[in-house]
Amino acid sequence: MSRAVEELNRRMLRARDAMDRAYAQPLDVPALARIANVSEAHFIRTFRATFDETPHHYLQRRRVERAMYLLRATDRSVTVICLDVGFSSLGTFSRIFRDIVGQAPSAYRERGPIQAVPNCFAMAWTRPSSFGEAPAQNIV
Amino acid sequence: MFNALAISSIYVLDQDQALEFYVGKLGLEVNTDQDLGFMRWLTVSVPGDRDRQVLLQTPGPPALDQKTAAQVRELLTKGATGGHLFFTADDCRKTYTELRAKGVEFTEEPTERPYGIDCGLRDPFGNHIRFSQPLPVTASAKAQEKGR
Repeated sequence: MSRAVEELNRRMLRARDAMDRAYAQPLDVPALARIANVSEAHFIRTFRATFDETPHHYLQRRRVERAMYLLRATDRSVTVICLDVGFSSLGTFSRIFRDIVGQAPSAYRERGPIQAVPNCFAMAWTRPSSFGEAPAQNIV
Repeated sequence: MFNALAISSIYVLDQDQALEFYVGKLGLEVNTDQDLGFMRWLTVSVPGDRDRQVLLQTPGPPALDQKTAAQVRELLTKGATGGHLFFTADDCRKTYTELRAKGVEFTEEPTERPYGIDCGLRDPFGNHIRFSQPLPVTASAKAQEKGR
């Protein structure tokens, strides 16, 4: 029983790592389920049981986190950043960004430039913790 | 005052499998592999840096009760035990290519950062490992300056 859970955890972690790495690509459930080596139906349920959110939400919050970073670390336009982090429609991006962060991308950008910090820790700690129920962590 | 960090420890699920990975794939060397009777004391080091050891420890009784050990194993496989190792390399991209060819599971490709080129990988159990090729100090200071 417990070995099976450990093996499954490890596979879910592999899929989560793939989202952290390839968030800009059109990652869908079939692709992620293949990485985790489980069936599609099984994947969503197991991922949620493991990390307490659906893979879809995980990916959207990762994309928004990367967008928050790029808005403040670069001077790329909002449209370019939207595509850079894996959204295909500016409307969807703006809506989800606002849902999660509580501010429009252009307004968020006005917080100004950020400090250079090790990227893996920025990604781990500044990914918004909720879908807007809690305020998104600010990047310093 | 302290004068060095000599040993740090991470959890692994299986010490033989850990050796296969850390020595066989990552190229570390066995520092100590000794049966203490009650535990297998297994440490590895970067070749040429034997003063710094990583203890590869399995969670289990009697050090941890069965239930706690199971929790640790579960967290480890979720990547949540906080086991991180950070190495440096002379050539990050070359090391990446070599390790990829050996089937190492990477979480991030070599990427240029203000402090150097670095990348990330997982061990077979879920521990997070990074290695970077730090920028020379002067170049690093310039990059930081540029980033401002």
